[in-house]
Parts: sequence; structure tokens; C-alpha cells
Amino acid sequence: MSSVKNDVRRYPGFLSITLLCLLVLYAPLVIVGIYSFNASSSITSWDGFSLRWYVDVFTGPESEKFKVAAWNSLSIAIIAASCATVIAFLAAMAIIRSGEYRARRFSLGLVSLPLMVPEIVTAVATLIFFNAIGFSRGHMTIIIAHIAFCIPFAYMPIAARMQGVEDNFEMAALDLYASRFQAFRRILLPLMMPGIISGFLLAFIISMDDFLITNFVKGAGVETLPTAIFGAVKQGIKPNIMAISTMLLGFSIVLVSLSYILSKLDSSK
Amino acid sequence: MAGGATSGSGVKSETYAGTRHWLLAPSWLVLLIVVVGPLCIMLIYSFLTKEFRGGVVWEFNLAAYDKFFFDRGLFGDEAPRIEWTYMTIYGRSILQAAIATVISLLIGFPTAYFIATRPQNTRALWVFLITIPYWVNLLIRTVSMKFLLRDQGPLNAFLMSAGITDQPLTIVNTDIAVQLGLFYSYLPFMVLPIYAAIEQYDHRLSEAAADLYASRWVALRRVILPVVKPGVMAGCILVFVPSLGSFLAPDLLGGARNFMIGSLIEDQFKGQAGDWPFGAAASMILLTMVLIVLIVAARRQARASAEGEG
Repeated sequence: MSSVKNDVRRYPGFLSITLLCLLVLYAPLVIVGIYSFNASSSITSWDGFSLRWYVDVFTGPESEKFKVAAWNSLSIAIIAASCATVIAFLAAMAIIRSGEYRARRFSLGLVSLPLMVPEIVTAVATLIFFNAIGFSRGHMTIIIAHIAFCIPFAYMPIAARMQGVEDNFEMAALDLYASRFQAFRRILLPLMMPGIISGFLLAFIISMDDFLITNFVKGAGVETLPTAIFGAVKQGIKPNIMAISTMLLGFSIVLVSLSYILSKLDSSK
Repeated sequence: MAGGATSGSGVKSETYAGTRHWLLAPSWLVLLIVVVGPLCIMLIYSFLTKEFRGGVVWEFNLAAYDKFFFDRGLFGDEAPRIEWTYMTIYGRSILQAAIATVISLLIGFPTAYFIATRPQNTRALWVFLITIPYWVNLLIRTVSMKFLLRDQGPLNAFLMSAGITDQPLTIVNTDIAVQLGLFYSYLPFMVLPIYAAIEQYDHRLSEAAADLYASRWVALRRVILPVVKPGVMAGCILVFVPSLGSFLAPDLLGGARNFMIGSLIEDQFKGQAGDWPFGAAASMILLTMVLIVLIVAARRQARASAEGEG
């Protein structure tokens, strides 16, 4: 090993750029987080610490609108992520554990398709589709669209996990006269749990996050948190929006950390 | 994005070969009906006639594409003239997305390299730190960026108190704000594939280069970069493609003068313009551009790996 000074692996300045990268990634979020505690009614001046905008979100004039939007976002994300996880799991079994066959590559392409089509194109196509078949827009259209684009996000961790799980245990169970269903339920499913959970969380966050497609396929008057926030921000950034944003930000970070810790616990076993 | 779900496509066993049709049915049903079908219907809509207040009349014509490419009309009495308005918007979008990609690469590559050369046990934590912001709602990140960059905002306050400028710089509603917004939205997509590539890289190659009197920077350019090129390409595509069709960053940070493809399309369906066939045609053109980028990249990748094996 060469000395630190001549270590060919090290590049001067790369540490500073990494720190700059983290600064860029976090500074806007941290600043909005700080300003959400501003006592002032204007976003320009700092008047000291206060929770008034958090109180405003829950009790202020717009609170009803935000509550409905939050409930819509949450219920849609839970339904869409659950459906997408089940569909993705079945697809993974067909793609990874059903041998080699003609439609396999096609299925894999189909599952990845929503990732390749630009979001705005998916949004337009889905809107036109519902319009063409005369399906009236509302919660249902949002849920259907979300299920479709959440499938690849649920699929990725599930497939990765399934690659890692050998089928020896299932084979052994089958040899010991377990039925196919018993082998699935008692062996594969428990072994797949970490993949299923992170697939669900990923799909859930993606659904909660979506603005563009929701904005196109939602019915008049149906709002999710992102569309409600977008509508409010169009009139200018207000302090209550910063409080909502900070709460959502915290929510995302908790979910992601949870899935990170879960994966750590699993790999350390 | 591209090939994200395709990685790890290996067959593991044939346990469920007997039920594969039932296992595939739900995903085929949903994806064919809700993704493939709508794309086909969108293609058809782009050849229909627009109705007065949104929607379409089922009458075949090329008006949408004609409006996109030609002024005065391809089928009028006068000679057609190229229409530059929409092509300019597309050209500007490509340029904005390209600049955002280059900025992401300049920051993302050193970051990925730095993380990949950390001790094994701290790498996961660094990667985690880089990915967290990606999981924060894109709308919230874009709004945060706008809040940071606005005339009376924290960035200007900082610049003025540091004596770098004496009056606030106008950043919001400029091209620079859009590029920063795009860069901010997709930076983690640049870091992760490059990180994955460098993690696989055998650092003995750099040592060999150094023994042959290559400086670090020559080793970086002549040895490391060629080896990790697939990762760099993947990162560039993952930033460029979503940037091209993005809506939030141009809409919130760019203002009316910095129209990009996303806003043009959105305006046809949700905004003032209300020309559905034209919006469908504009979407088809965007989709075609993206598919060309993806196919070219896949071809190059395939050729590079074939050469690598040969």
C-alpha cells in the first residue's frame, strides 16, 4: 500500500465536491424546515420561533381542504401500493421462478415500461384513455393510474430479493410432501418479506409523491396533497405551505429510514 | 429508470412454471390496459380533429403534426414554411436538460467516486444520505428551491451579506433557475449508477497506471473513465430523460418565458390552449425522442459489452 499522500485512489477536491453535493441536496429542505417555524406572516422576514403555521394547517381556514387532500393521498397510496405490490410479486414469480419461455422478456419489458415513458406522456395518455372510454374522472381514475405506474417500483426490490432467495428450501418442503401452496405460504412468502415490505414502501412513496399524473386524471374537486399544494403555491409560497411541506418531508424521511433500518436488520442476520 | 426493473432478470428456478399464466395475468392486464392501450389511443388522437372546447372529433387528419412543423400549413394555397415556435421549445428543452445533465455529472461523478472509495461499512450510510432527498416529494423540493432562490430569499441574503453582490440577483424565472431545479430533482439518479460502477472497479488498474508514471488525473481519464463508462452513461440518461419532459421545475422556477415541453403539453389539456390532438402529437414527438435516446444508449451498451468480451 502506498502512503496516503500518494494514494492513487484519492483525488484532491473530491471530498469538497461531495460535501457541496450534500449541501445542495439538503440546504433547500433545511431552510424551508426552519422557515416553517417563523412567527412572521410574511416569508421574507424572520420574527422568531413559533408553531403558529402548524396550528394553522390543522385549524386554519384552509385546514378542511388539507385534511381531505391528505386523506385522499393516504388512502390512494395505500390501495395503489397494495395492489401494485401483489401484482409485482406475482409477476416476479412468473419472471424469475417459472423457467425460460417466450413471453418472459416481453413481460419484463412490460413491467419496466412505465419507467421509460416520460411521466407527462403517461399522464396525457391516461387522460385521453379515460376520456375515450367515457370513464368519469375521480378517485377511481387516480387509483387505477397509480397502480400502473407503481408496479415497476414495487417490482424492483421484490425481484432483487427473489434473486437472492434460493429455491432449495421450497424444494425440500416439496420433498417432505408439503403442497405447492404450503411451500409458498410457509417458505417463500416469509423469506420474501423484506423485499415485499420495501416494494410496498417504495410504491407507497411514489404514489404519495405523484403530482403530474394525478393532476391529469383527477376529477374536478378531487385533490391529493401534491395537487392541493401546487394549487396553493401557484398563488405564492405561504408559511402554512412550508409547514405542510416540512411535515410531509419528515414523513418521507421516517418511511425511508424505516425501510433502510429494516434492510440493515435483515442483512445482519 | 431505463432498465431499472430489467436488472436482475435471471431465471432462478422453474418452481412456478405450471402457473405462470395466472401469475402473469394481473400485470399484463393492468399494464396493457392502463399503459400500452392509452399510448395507442394517444397516437390515434394525434391524428384526429380538435373540438372547439377540448376533446376531439373522430375525423382523421394531420392538422396536429402540420401545426407543429409548418406555418401557413402544408395543405394551404401558399407554399408551406417551417414553423419554428414549437421546435424552438423542444430545442430549448433539450439544451436545458443537457446542461442539467452536465452539471449533475460534474458534481455527481466526484461524489460517487468519493463514496465508492470509503471503507465498506460507511458506504451504505453515504448512499443513504444521497438518496433521502430523492424520496422527499418532488413538488416540495421544487418549491424549496424556489423559496431559496427568490429575490428576497436566503441565497440572495447570504450573497449580499457576504458582499458578493450589493443587490439581489434575479434567479427565479430564468433559465439558470430551471437548470438548477432539474439538477436538484435528478442528481441522485446520476450518483447511484456511477457509484455502482466504481464500486466494481478494480483499483489495482489505477495502481498499475501510477507505476507506469501516469498522474492521478491521467489515470482517471485514460483508465477509470473508460471502465466505468456504462455507469456514467446510465446516470446521464437517468437525468436527461426525465429532465426533458419535466413539468414542475420549468413551471415553478422558469415562469412564462422559459416554456419547456412539459408546459406546452400541459397547456393543451389543462390550460388555455385546449387542443387535444396537438397535445397528443406533441407527446408522441417527445416519446419518440426519448425512445431514440434509450435505443441508441442500449445499442452502444450492447456493442461495448460485446467488445469487452471479444
